Amino acid sequence: MANLDSKIPEGDLKDKWSNYKEHQHLVNPANKRKIDIIVVGTGLAGGAAAASLAEMGFKVKAFCYQDSPRRAHSIAAQGGINAAKNYPNDGDSVYRLFYDTIKGGDYRAREANVYRLAEVSNNIIDQCVAQGVPFAREYGGLLANRSFGGALVSRTFYARGQTGQQLLLGAYSALSRQVGLKNVELYPRTEMMDLVMVDGRCRGIVARNLITGEVKAYFAHCVVLATGGYGNVYFLSTNAMGSNGSAAMKAYRKGAYFANPCMVQIHPTCIPQHGDFQSKLTLMSESLRNDGRIWVPKKKEDAEKLRKGQMKASDIPDEDRYFYLEERYPAFGNLVPRDVASRNAKERCDAGYGVNSTGKAVFLDFKYAIQRLGKDVVEQRYGNLFQMYQKITDTDPYKEPMMIYPAIHYTMGGLWVDYELSTTVPGLFAAGEANFSDHGANRLGASALMQGLADGYFVLPYTIQEYLADQFNVPRMDPEKQPEFKKAVEDVKAYINKLMNVKGKESVDSIHKRLGHIMWENVGMARTKESLERAITEIQALRKEFWSNVFIPGDVNGLNVELEKANRVADFLELGELIARDALHRNESCGGHFREESQDNGEAKRDDEHFMYVGAWEYKGEDKEPELHKEDLNYQFIKVQTRNYKTGK
Amino acid sequence: MSEDIKGLNLTLKVWRQKDRHTQGHFETYQVSNVSTEASFLEMMDILNEQLINNGQEPVAFDHDCREGICGACSLFINGRAHGPDDDITTCQLHMRKFHDGQTITVEPWRSGGFPIIKDLMVDRSAYDKIMQAGGFVSVSTGGVPDANAIPIPKPDADEAMDAAACIGCGACAATCKNGSAMLFVSAKVSQLALLPQGKVEAARRAKAMVAKMDELGFGNCTNTGACELECPKSVSISHIARLNREFLKANLKD
Repeated sequence: MANLDSKIPEGDLKDKWSNYKEHQHLVNPANKRKIDIIVVGTGLAGGAAAASLAEMGFKVKAFCYQDSPRRAHSIAAQGGINAAKNYPNDGDSVYRLFYDTIKGGDYRAREANVYRLAEVSNNIIDQCVAQGVPFAREYGGLLANRSFGGALVSRTFYARGQTGQQLLLGAYSALSRQVGLKNVELYPRTEMMDLVMVDGRCRGIVARNLITGEVKAYFAHCVVLATGGYGNVYFLSTNAMGSNGSAAMKAYRKGAYFANPCMVQIHPTCIPQHGDFQSKLTLMSESLRNDGRIWVPKKKEDAEKLRKGQMKASDIPDEDRYFYLEERYPAFGNLVPRDVASRNAKERCDAGYGVNSTGKAVFLDFKYAIQRLGKDVVEQRYGNLFQMYQKITDTDPYKEPMMIYPAIHYTMGGLWVDYELSTTVPGLFAAGEANFSDHGANRLGASALMQGLADGYFVLPYTIQEYLADQFNVPRMDPEKQPEFKKAVEDVKAYINKLMNVKGKESVDSIHKRLGHIMWENVGMARTKESLERAITEIQALRKEFWSNVFIPGDVNGLNVELEKANRVADFLELGELIARDALHRNESCGGHFREESQDNGEAKRDDEHFMYVGAWEYKGEDKEPELHKEDLNYQFIKVQTRNYKTGK
Repeated sequence: MSEDIKGLNLTLKVWRQKDRHTQGHFETYQVSNVSTEASFLEMMDILNEQLINNGQEPVAFDHDCREGICGACSLFINGRAHGPDDDITTCQLHMRKFHDGQTITVEPWRSGGFPIIKDLMVDRSAYDKIMQAGGFVSVSTGGVPDANAIPIPKPDADEAMDAAACIGCGACAATCKNGSAMLFVSAKVSQLALLPQGKVEAARRAKAMVAKMDELGFGNCTNTGACELECPKSVSISHIARLNREFLKANLKD
C-alpha cells in the first residue's frame, strides 16, 4: 500500500506554495471540458471547490444529502474567519497566523500546509467581499475585526454571529451561478454510498437518491470528498443532525488512510444538556469569550445553593467569584484555546463547583461588559446569540449570566491527505473538515471557515490539476455498462438489503445514543488506558447488537429516514472504535486529546519524543485490527515548545 | 428544570402523506409527559420513537442544524409557519409555549411552489432555481481587489446583512395567500444591490430572478405583509420595495 509521502515542495517555508504553483502541471482549457469531477458535500470546502473548478472549465457534479447546498453545516458557524490582513495594525502577519495555528494545534500539524493556509487567508477575505458577503464594518466603511481564542491580535472577520452562514451563502451563490451556466450538475438529497474504483484509481461514486431510493453510479475522472466531520459519533454534539462520517468511512474501507481520529475538539461554550430526550447541543460562539467572563463560585456551599435553585448568580458578590481562567492563565485569560478552556470547566465541575441542577455548567457573565461598554454595544456585538440563548433556556443573559458547558464540536482528525489534498487512494481528494491536515491536535477558533474556503477556493483548484494533467485522454466511462460500476451498485444494494433485513427490535437512534454514551464517558475530555479499552470492547458488542437487533421500518424504495440514519450509525459504530484505538495508542496528552496518564500538575503533557507524528490507520478488513502508519512531523522553521498561555513572554 | 414538574400530555394531529402523488390525511397521536424544556422537534422525535417501537413508520420532516440557521425545518403548527412564537424557526420552538392537554395540528408548507414529498417534507428546490437564475455577483475565484479597496458605509453594510439573514426556509411563500416568493427574492436582490460589488448587475439580477420566480408558478405580491410577520429572521418587506425599484429600472432600460 502507499507509503506516506506528504509531497511537501522544496524550498524555504515562504516559497513552497509559490514554487509549487510555478512548477505544477496544468490542464489546457479545451481539455478541461473533457474532464468530470465529482464533489461530495456542498459546505464551504465542497461548495467553494465545485464553484471554482466549474469556473475553470471542468465539468462538475456536486452531491449533498440536504435538500439544498445552502444547508450544509458550515452555515451554523457563528463567530468568524481568521485572516492575516493586519488591518488593525496590531502586529499580525502571515507568519504569526501560521505560528498561532501550529502552536494552537499543539505541534501536531504539518508546517508547510499550515503556512499555505495562512498565506491564502487574505485572498479568502478579498474573494468573499467581492461576492457580496456583508462583513461587519466600521463607520469609516472599512472591515471590522475582533479577537478569538489562542491569539494576541484581532484578526477575525465576522458577519454578526452568522459568519458561517454568510460565507456559505457566498460559496452557494458562486455555485448557483455555475449550475445556471450548466457547468455544475447538482444532486441534492442524494447520499454517497460508496466509491467506484477502476484499475486502482477512484473513478466515481455510488449514490442513493433519498427521495426515490434509487441507487445509481456516477463517473468522474476524480472525486473530492468535502463531507465534513464525524462529531456525531458522540450522538450529542453541536453538529447538524445529518452530519456524518460515512463518506470518509467508505473511503477508508477502499484504502484511504484515516489520520488522527482521536483528535476531537470539545468546545467550551455550549448550552448545557437538559434531558435524555436531547437531540443536539447548541454552541454559543467563542467570540462571546471576548467580553464574557467565565467563573464559578469560590465557595462550595454557594455552588450547592445554585444547584438547588436557592440562590442566583447575581446574589454572589465579586469577591466570592473564581474567574479561574483569568487567574490561571493571565496572559490569555478567557481567551485561552478551546481545549484548555474545556478541561478547566470540567475540572471545576468535577471538583463540585458546577452551577446548574446537573452540576455540569459554569457561568459566562456579561455583567462586566455591560458596565464597561453599555448594553447597546453588547447587543450589537452578540444580539442574535443572546436571543438564541434566551429562546432555548428561557433566561435573559443581559440580566443573569449564561450557563455553559463543553460539548463535542469539531474533528481535527480525518482522511489523511498529502500537500495536494490527495488521500492515499489515487484520484480521491479530501477537503475541509473531512481531511486531517491543518489543525493538528486542536483547532483555533475562526480557523475552520478559513481552512474550508482555503481548500475549496485556493488549494484544490491548483493541486487537482497536477493529478488531472494526464487524465484528459481517459474517455468518460458509462456507469450503465462498465463492470466496476455495475458491481459497485450491486454491492450497495446488497448492503442496504442487509441493513433492512436485520428486522430486530431496537431503533437506530436508541443504539446511536448508547454509542454516544460510551464515547462521551470513555473517549471524551479525559481518557485513560482502562476507559479506552473498555470503550473498544463495549463498541464491538454494540456493533454486534446493531447488526442483529436494529429495526428499520418502511422499505428501500422511496424516502426512508430510518434507513439513512442506519447507514450512518453503522459507520459510526466502526469509527467510534477507530477513535478509541487511536486514543489508546497515543499515550500522551496533546491538544484536544487528554490522557490522564500524561499530565503535569493537571496540565496536559505532550510527549514529542515518542509521538511527534501523524497516526494514519489503514483498513485491514472487517473485524480485523487496522494497521498504524506514521508520518513523522519535522519542524524545520519553527521551534517546538510547550504551549504556554500563562505568561506574556 | 426540577423533576417534580410534570410533563405535558398532548394530542397531535399530524399530516401523513405517502408521496407526492398519494392523497394525504390527518392522523391523531398521543404523546405524554413531554418536558417543557424539550424543543418542538424533540417532541416529534419522541413521537417517532414511539411509532418505531410500535413497528410503524415515523413521520418524515425536514430538519438539520436544529439551531435556527440552516433553514431546513418548516411546518405549520396550529396554522402558523414555524409555530406560535416570533422570530424563530420550528427547531427553536420550545414546548414551554404549549400547555398540558393541548391539541396541536402539524402540517407541511402548503404552497403551489413547494410540492409535498412525504408527510411534512416539501420540495423547495424552486428557491435554488431562482438563485441560479441570478442570485449572485458574477465574479470568479481569484483576481479580485483587496477587501478594503472599496469602503462601504456601515448603514449599507448593516442593511445588506439584515437582508442576507434570510435562511431560505420558505415560510414567506408558504404563508402568503398569493404564494408569492417576493420576500425571498427581494432579500437577495436587496442585499446585493446595497453593496457596490453587487450594484453593477443589480437591475439584470432583479429581472432574471423575478422572471424565474414567475416561471416557477409563485404568485405576486399584494403587500399584505404576512411574510414579514412569519419570517423567522425578521426580513423586512422594505426589501420588496427595493426589488420593485430595481425591477422597474431594468424594464426602463429595455
